[in-house]
Amino acid sequence: MSISNSAIATNRAPAAPARKAKVLSRRRRKIQDALIAYSFIAPNFIGFAVFTLGPILFAFVLAFMHWDGSNAITFAGLDNFWRLFEDKAFISAFWNTVIYTAVSVPATLACALGLAILLNQKIFGRDFFRTAMFFPYVASLVAVAVVWNMIFNPEMGPVNMILYTLGVDPKDMPGWAADRHWAMVTVILFGIWKNMGYYMVIYLAGLQGINSELYEAADLDGANPWQKFLYVTVPQLGPTTFFVTVMLTIQSFKVFDQIYMITQGGPGTSTLVLVYHIYNEAFISWDLGYSSMVALVLFFLVLAVTIVQFRRQRED
Amino acid sequence: MRVAGRRITAKTAAIYVLVIAITVVMLMPFAWMLSASLKLSRDVFVFPIEWIPSEPRWQNYVDIWTKIPLALFIYNTSKLTIIVTALQLLTSSFAAYAFAKLNFPYKNTLFLGYIATIAMPWQVYMVPQFLLMREFGLNNTHLALICLQAFTAFGVFLMRQFYMSIPTELCEAARIDGMNEYQIWASIMLPLSKPALSTLTIFTFVTTWNDFLGPMIYLTKTELKTVQIGLRMFIAQYSAEYGLIMAASVVALIPVLIVFLSLQRFFVEGVASTGLKG
Repeated sequence: MSISNSAIATNRAPAAPARKAKVLSRRRRKIQDALIAYSFIAPNFIGFAVFTLGPILFAFVLAFMHWDGSNAITFAGLDNFWRLFEDKAFISAFWNTVIYTAVSVPATLACALGLAILLNQKIFGRDFFRTAMFFPYVASLVAVAVVWNMIFNPEMGPVNMILYTLGVDPKDMPGWAADRHWAMVTVILFGIWKNMGYYMVIYLAGLQGINSELYEAADLDGANPWQKFLYVTVPQLGPTTFFVTVMLTIQSFKVFDQIYMITQGGPGTSTLVLVYHIYNEAFISWDLGYSSMVALVLFFLVLAVTIVQFRRQRED
Repeated sequence: MRVAGRRITAKTAAIYVLVIAITVVMLMPFAWMLSASLKLSRDVFVFPIEWIPSEPRWQNYVDIWTKIPLALFIYNTSKLTIIVTALQLLTSSFAAYAFAKLNFPYKNTLFLGYIATIAMPWQVYMVPQFLLMREFGLNNTHLALICLQAFTAFGVFLMRQFYMSIPTELCEAARIDGMNEYQIWASIMLPLSKPALSTLTIFTFVTTWNDFLGPMIYLTKTELKTVQIGLRMFIAQYSAEYGLIMAASVVALIPVLIVFLSLQRFFVEGVASTGLKG
């Protein structure tokens, strides 16, 4: 008994430090592994935390402050929030953003789908046509916007010249970017022209993912092309259409560049949109707190769309 | 009807007519731009349009280089684009490797930081970001735009998704062979992730090259401007010099056109894959 006990004891005696060392080395190993992992993340994360996360948190604080960028910051409570309801420019910016989105999302989607179906056919020079449709998307905005302004120039532009030769009365001629009733149309047309190629590519990928047996089955049932489109293509493209709608909606909420280049938000406030208002309040009026409050409105609009998207993805 | 031994049905003919008509409309602004760039300003709006100028004015393409520092703008934009793209690729794939293949404390919390901001529009925090950069003394520097664009959640997310699809056994086998994590990243993960890297390259290249609002907010000194805002400045200064404006626009489009045509396949694949994910 005692022998065996001492045997155990002597056996244990050298084992204890060994295990301790093992635990220590395992812990050291763990710390070392974590340090290696952090060294991978650090270069990106530090930049990301400083230049993205920090400003995001600051934006939420700033929305409840008064600040002109040089004098002291003061707490504003809900002042900036209540001001939204009295600010006529904000109200038009909000509705213009909604109108822009409501028109350009379905229109771009329909054009992109139509193009994708057309260019999914086996036709000669298909790749060239696809490239041509896609190119406006990558083209520098300033360069194409300035051409757009010239082409749609109300007095001398070729579009109105063509309308004139077609017999449109000069009095009824659209004033495009210079006319408060046509400015939004001009901006929306530009957006569709510039962006539809991008969504066409997404739809082309969606079309190629449809099982061709479905079309063969529809053929056997004697379906005509329209029925095949309605009962095979459209339902099969459901997830793609959903994705495109979400992307387009978020893009439309954020529209700025093309409006800045084509109409400058005018005439009056007829094409003023949310981001334009954020820009004006911050960099023209230096009303940084209020500008951040308008930015929060944009944030909640985008958040709502993202939540819808997230829920839907979870269901799938 | 038969053409070149093949039957052309009414349907195919209709498709061709439609496709060609749409393509003509889509490319019309570019054709008009090119044509106007070779005209005197007073001839630009002559109607009916003379698509191929009888006396092309090549002088426009000589004049633009002296009227605005276009070469400097192109240099600035190229510099920014190359640095941002390189940093983006390097740091994103580096961070993504840890998120996809390594275990460490607070991994999920850190990754949540990226996820939470992926849907956050830059326009929401552009003002506080500007104030921060101003505090750092980075206003009117290219460094501001590099910091702003090089560390995106999108890049990390895209690369991580790709690395997740690479079997973990590959990394384990390499560890047994005595490779350390940096070697695994460099000699196994990077070469395997070429498709994702090229997608990220093209997206970053195009967004940085075409960025408008960022440079507009940060760069007010002429010598720092990028092509986009430099061109805008030129348009504002010479608003009636239509021929010159068009020539400058054509020059501004050429680099994008070259990159796009040479990397088109990757671009289209990249866009298509974002759609399939959704």
